Amino acid sequence: MAATETTAETELRELASGVVQRALKLGASAVEAVVSEGSEFSALVRLGEVETLKEAGSRALGVRVFVGQHTANTSTGDLSADGVEQLVRAAIELAKITSEDPMAGIPAPEQLGQLSGELGLYYDDVYSLSNKERIEQARRCERAALEVDERLTNSDGGSFDAAIGRRVLANSHGFVGEYRSSYCSISVAPIASDEAGNMQRDYWYSAARTLAKLESPEEVGRIAAERTLRRLGARKIKTQKVPIVFDRQTSAALLHHILDAVNGDSIYRHASFLAGKLGEKVFGANLTVIDDGTIPGGFGTRPFDGEGVPTRRTTVIENGELKSYLLNTYTAKKLGLATTGNASRGLAGTPGIGNGNVYLQPGEKSQEEIIKGVKQGLLVTEFLGFGVNLVTGDFSRGASGIWIENGELAYPVEEITVAGNLGEMFSNLAEVGSDLIWRGAVACPTLRIEGMTIAGE
Amino acid sequence: MEKRFFFEKYGLSERDLDKYLGAALSAGGDYADLYFEYLTSTSLSVDESMVKSASQGISAGCGVRVVTGERTGYAYTDDLAPEKILHAARTAALIASAPAKTPVVSLKDKARHSLYPVTDAASDAELSKKVELVFRADKAARAYDSRIKEVRAGYFDEIRRILVVGSDGTFAEDVQPLSRLNVFVIAREGKLSAKGSSGGGGRNKFEIFLTEKTPEHFANEAARQAILQLSAVACPAGDMEVVLGPGWPGVLLHEAIGHGLEADFNRKKTSAFSGLLGKRVASDKCTVVDNGTLNERRGSLNVDDEGNTTNNTMLIENGILKGYMADKLSARLMGLPNTGNGRRESYEHIPMPRMTNTYMLAGDDLPEDIIKSVQRGLYAVNFSGGQVDITNGKFVFAASEAYLIEDGKITAPVKDATLIGNGPDVLTRVSMVGNDLKLDEGVGTCGKDGQSVPVGVGIPTLKIDRMTVGGTGN
Repeated sequence: MAATETTAETELRELASGVVQRALKLGASAVEAVVSEGSEFSALVRLGEVETLKEAGSRALGVRVFVGQHTANTSTGDLSADGVEQLVRAAIELAKITSEDPMAGIPAPEQLGQLSGELGLYYDDVYSLSNKERIEQARRCERAALEVDERLTNSDGGSFDAAIGRRVLANSHGFVGEYRSSYCSISVAPIASDEAGNMQRDYWYSAARTLAKLESPEEVGRIAAERTLRRLGARKIKTQKVPIVFDRQTSAALLHHILDAVNGDSIYRHASFLAGKLGEKVFGANLTVIDDGTIPGGFGTRPFDGEGVPTRRTTVIENGELKSYLLNTYTAKKLGLATTGNASRGLAGTPGIGNGNVYLQPGEKSQEEIIKGVKQGLLVTEFLGFGVNLVTGDFSRGASGIWIENGELAYPVEEITVAGNLGEMFSNLAEVGSDLIWRGAVACPTLRIEGMTIAGE
Repeated sequence: MEKRFFFEKYGLSERDLDKYLGAALSAGGDYADLYFEYLTSTSLSVDESMVKSASQGISAGCGVRVVTGERTGYAYTDDLAPEKILHAARTAALIASAPAKTPVVSLKDKARHSLYPVTDAASDAELSKKVELVFRADKAARAYDSRIKEVRAGYFDEIRRILVVGSDGTFAEDVQPLSRLNVFVIAREGKLSAKGSSGGGGRNKFEIFLTEKTPEHFANEAARQAILQLSAVACPAGDMEVVLGPGWPGVLLHEAIGHGLEADFNRKKTSAFSGLLGKRVASDKCTVVDNGTLNERRGSLNVDDEGNTTNNTMLIENGILKGYMADKLSARLMGLPNTGNGRRESYEHIPMPRMTNTYMLAGDDLPEDIIKSVQRGLYAVNFSGGQVDITNGKFVFAASEAYLIEDGKITAPVKDATLIGNGPDVLTRVSMVGNDLKLDEGVGTCGKDGQSVPVGVGIPTLKIDRMTVGGTGN
């Protein structure tokens, strides 16, 4: 019983198209409307008992209007005829106070379109479980974690989440696109205590578009327990420069910084250390980054972007050379380039830039082999804080991890920072692992980076 | 006074409210509440000296919560038609079903604060006046120095109307204005680039942007930082003495101890501060409060999102841990006083204990004496934000403007660096507390469990004897 079946598909399409027509009548020269609808469910079980259950659905509408080269946006959750009329009138009124921007506009008709074929974004099974079964998923996940070791004495809970959504985009060039998506996940955050009463918390999760691809609660619980236990007894280390190995979680966070740095908004404003470097060798030759919004079933897959442009595969960095920025229509025009189909659009506000499925091309060695090659160094398993300056590329974040001694994992480390400069860090990639695994829209194998500073005692 | 907003706009009656609460408790439960919200917002920004876009939004909805023991059922609707609210109430009831059954107590409107304007709030100003603010900011930043090459200025305001009704008789309405002006700039000189940002606001009248918190004030501040950063040197790495400037560096308190003193973590015993009530957690120079009752502050509220009057809550008094910040659920389960810290991002979210304005009271030391006392250390005056691991107490915060202190004198500016420490012991190393308490200008947003709420922070100039500074230099 999928909740969306209560709404006819045509109803949302007609709503979006109706908004576009109404705005044109009221004097807009171009219009783009978005309608989104979604349902969410979440269950949290803590120490075996249900702690929270949440269930809801919502619908909302956003419109972007252009009056000549003036533009404005409005959004509302009131989808009544009155609500829609107010929304459109308010947008046109608001456009009068904005400046004339020669680059403003929606994509040209020939740029619009959508991927055909089954993209595997929606499976109604994510909403097929009864509340009792959903709670049981969360409970099994937590139990599996806490059973691993008696030092696991507490928990922030196990959870099961499911969500489905539908999105319609329509514009005044006649584009009407629609897609549905589904999501489900299980996770658990166990807490371990040592003899001294010092606590450590970690977590693990599995997320998928269908229940069929979710890992078992037991597997997720077991990994969460291992990740938590290995943090017990963590110490501080001395301030030093040693090779640093980033596991898949932290390397993916580093890859996110590259994505932020190639974001067209930051590029045309010169707010990125990669601005103006298209075609230049910016990183090491062993670094290749691909953005692909077309991979079936991917968390970053969509048939069209936030402006109705088909998504595509873009080589962002190839063997260290900056091949492409990630762009929407506006930033592309500002830079004299073509959109890469990376417009992201919420309901409110102007379209931003979002990635599809992004990965760093894997290398040859396993994580074990990379660690074996480090005489003294640090495996970083978690970042804390957000200390990144994209204008300069300066990077300094809190971290925890495991000390590497003669190629072996020795003891856990915490309360340190790792610092460097993103430009230099990715030019000093000593190793790229073979362990590329998709767990979200951004995936990166294990990386070994030289020349960074660890600050500690 | 704009009272009875939801009654007029949506035709609600007290009988309806009783009916909804009755439905919420129809399957049992200790407590139920309804949270109605109607939010309107406006934002506009100037970029490349153009107002490229402006946005307005309206959102409205009702969240229904049913609590049974430690268990919470929650459902919401963005359609305020009676049958939709009833459906949400029944959904919340079903998922929290339990034997206990509580009658609905008659609703009472309690006396409460009046901390912010209900007329002439920033959102009431004409659009053209708001546009003028961002243009003025753009102009001032560019005029500051010819090396300022990029300027973005944004203005945002909202009015949130809420009605909270609870089965314990809670009945509270509030109209909460909020506004903010931000400036972000990039300076360039040859191959060097640097950024600067500034901003502020609160639950104030629009007038404040014309008198005290002017566009020129924020523009000059952002530009000053960016120009300064052009000549910044690499920040040293390692343990050293750290002096924090007054005001926004109070984000230290928010991360290092604030979150750890939220009652939910302590109820679950997952905080590094669990069980430390009455124990020493800071040097005796430290007294820290969470105060939701300051006039027009960004973190202030007449009532929290559970309908409770907010308070000035003593958290740490002369170094001793005195209290936690509680919401209804944790107050009841832990037998603690309800401090009015139950907050939520919107009707879509379950309330939980959150901070309001968290700050340290002034001490006796002169700021210049504090600097003079440092042989070699870091003087950090601006931060871009922070994060904490509640369970092990480790926290970080990132300095966006900091200087070296050498032989008691402030010397070179340093590049961005992250400071890391351990919550339960960082304040025990506070050896000097300035007499210059300052609250931030009104920019803080705190995230917890995926929910964002506006908050305030503040400190006087502080000296911490040892902290780890994460730079790349020597």
